[in-house]
Amino acid sequence: MYQDVMIAGFGGQGVLVAGKLLAYAGMLEGKHVTWFPSYGAEIRGGTANCTVIISSEEIGSPVVQNPSAMLIFNEASFKKFETRIRQGGQLFLNTSLVKMLPSRTDIVRVDVKANDIAEGLGDIRIANMVMLGALLKKTGVVALDSVLAALKQVLPARRHSLIPLNENALKSGAQLCSPV
Amino acid sequence: MPKVLITGNEALAEAAVRAGCRRYFGYPITPQNEIPEFMARRLPEIGGTFIQAESELAAINMVYGAAAVGERAMTSSSSPGISLMQEALSFMAASELPAVIVNMQRGGPGLGNISPSQADYFQAVKGGGHGDYKLLVYAPSTIQEIVDLTVLAFDKADEYRNPVMILGDGVLGQMMEPVELPDITPKTVDKPWALTGAKGRPGKVIRSLFMLPGEDGALERQNYKMKAKYDRMCEHEVLCEMVQTDDAEIVLVAFGTSARIAKTAVHLARVEGIKAGLIRPITLFPFPEKIIAEIAGRAERFLVVEMNLGQMVEDVRLAVNGKAPVAFYGRPGGAVLAVDDILSAIHNCVHGKEPEKIYTGSE
Repeated sequence: MYQDVMIAGFGGQGVLVAGKLLAYAGMLEGKHVTWFPSYGAEIRGGTANCTVIISSEEIGSPVVQNPSAMLIFNEASFKKFETRIRQGGQLFLNTSLVKMLPSRTDIVRVDVKANDIAEGLGDIRIANMVMLGALLKKTGVVALDSVLAALKQVLPARRHSLIPLNENALKSGAQLCSPV
Repeated sequence: MPKVLITGNEALAEAAVRAGCRRYFGYPITPQNEIPEFMARRLPEIGGTFIQAESELAAINMVYGAAAVGERAMTSSSSPGISLMQEALSFMAASELPAVIVNMQRGGPGLGNISPSQADYFQAVKGGGHGDYKLLVYAPSTIQEIVDLTVLAFDKADEYRNPVMILGDGVLGQMMEPVELPDITPKTVDKPWALTGAKGRPGKVIRSLFMLPGEDGALERQNYKMKAKYDRMCEHEVLCEMVQTDDAEIVLVAFGTSARIAKTAVHLARVEGIKAGLIRPITLFPFPEKIIAEIAGRAERFLVVEMNLGQMVEDVRLAVNGKAPVAFYGRPGGAVLAVDDILSAIHNCVHGKEPEKIYTGSE
């Protein structure tokens, strides 16, 4: 198996953390994984992104020009990356913030009102987990249990009380995402 | 041993600590800032020293000092910062001092950009400073290899009393991969030459100036002594990975990040029925010239792949020595190679009429 995913949004939306959890879950499943961030010139409030690859084979380039799945958290990232999704690829759109519609007709769009769902669960900061839940549901790239196990290892112990909230967000994302 | 998921920069810093490095001096520059960030937190916890110097010149000269008193010392920087350190590297090589220098390369020349690059190959392997000297140069291509080679780098620096460079790039510094961090008991090396205070014994001097009265010929002798070390490195320290080279008709040669991507291209070419292989130098000095020469006796052609405009290709051509055509594909200025473009270069080589052509991304 081979799955690459680009996750893009603005700084503070947790796109790098979501990518790390995904890669970590892949590692726990014994897969080869890479996580590669945009780095350096990024600023708070500016755009940030990372690319995660999960594969049963050794991974060559961690940089992907045309990813087969993309999680887009805001309009700036949508404008920047829409053209790069691979033909037939999956676009997961945070439609709480992205109001533009894709011009691409050769991709599969999955709308997720991630911010609204996260606010409904009580914390807007877990919108990234809602988006990740949708990705897991639609691609099956890693198991939900692996992401939960990754959370336990990535979060410091003093934050483990937040794991149930994250779990709810992941599950809500999986349930509420609707292919368009 | 459980694996952890960390960036190349963090992995390198942790490996250095485990290898016994307790003195780190540096100056910030992207894409290696996670190394000083890690060291600033970690070294004070274990009785080490972290100093953010006022410049790269200061940082490398602090390394020079720490090495002179026998400590395991390291600095890290990226291309423009490494350029600033070249004078001291020449001095340290002449003074025969062990230290580890990390270059997470970025696009150049000049301040360039912060994207991954391999354009400092010449600087690293040909002696970026003045005079006849060499660094032992390791070029990891995975985060696990960063860990393993960092540990080795400290041992080899002490063994040869010579600065050792780890030549990475922005991809390897910033990327996360699963790694196993080994439990190591750092080798303790006797350093009778170290400046430890002359109480109760005659004083010692560590220097790179060889023109005191009565020292006629001393510098020439010092150069021959250093050459003997470099010859020993060539004899014993060559590291190289070979992928499907036994029956390969076209052999790619690539190091570091380029080699990862070239390896994928080799596999894809094999699927198409093209007998492709890969030689991946892990040490850039000493260069695996004997291995390349031997494979040149049976391979039809070579394709060197680098993230620059053609540097290691010169060493490959010297090693091949006319026995087979050597083509080149690369991109400069911080552009990361795409596997499809390497595959196209393989097609061009196999079917092309200009076997020594230099293919670059501008075409």
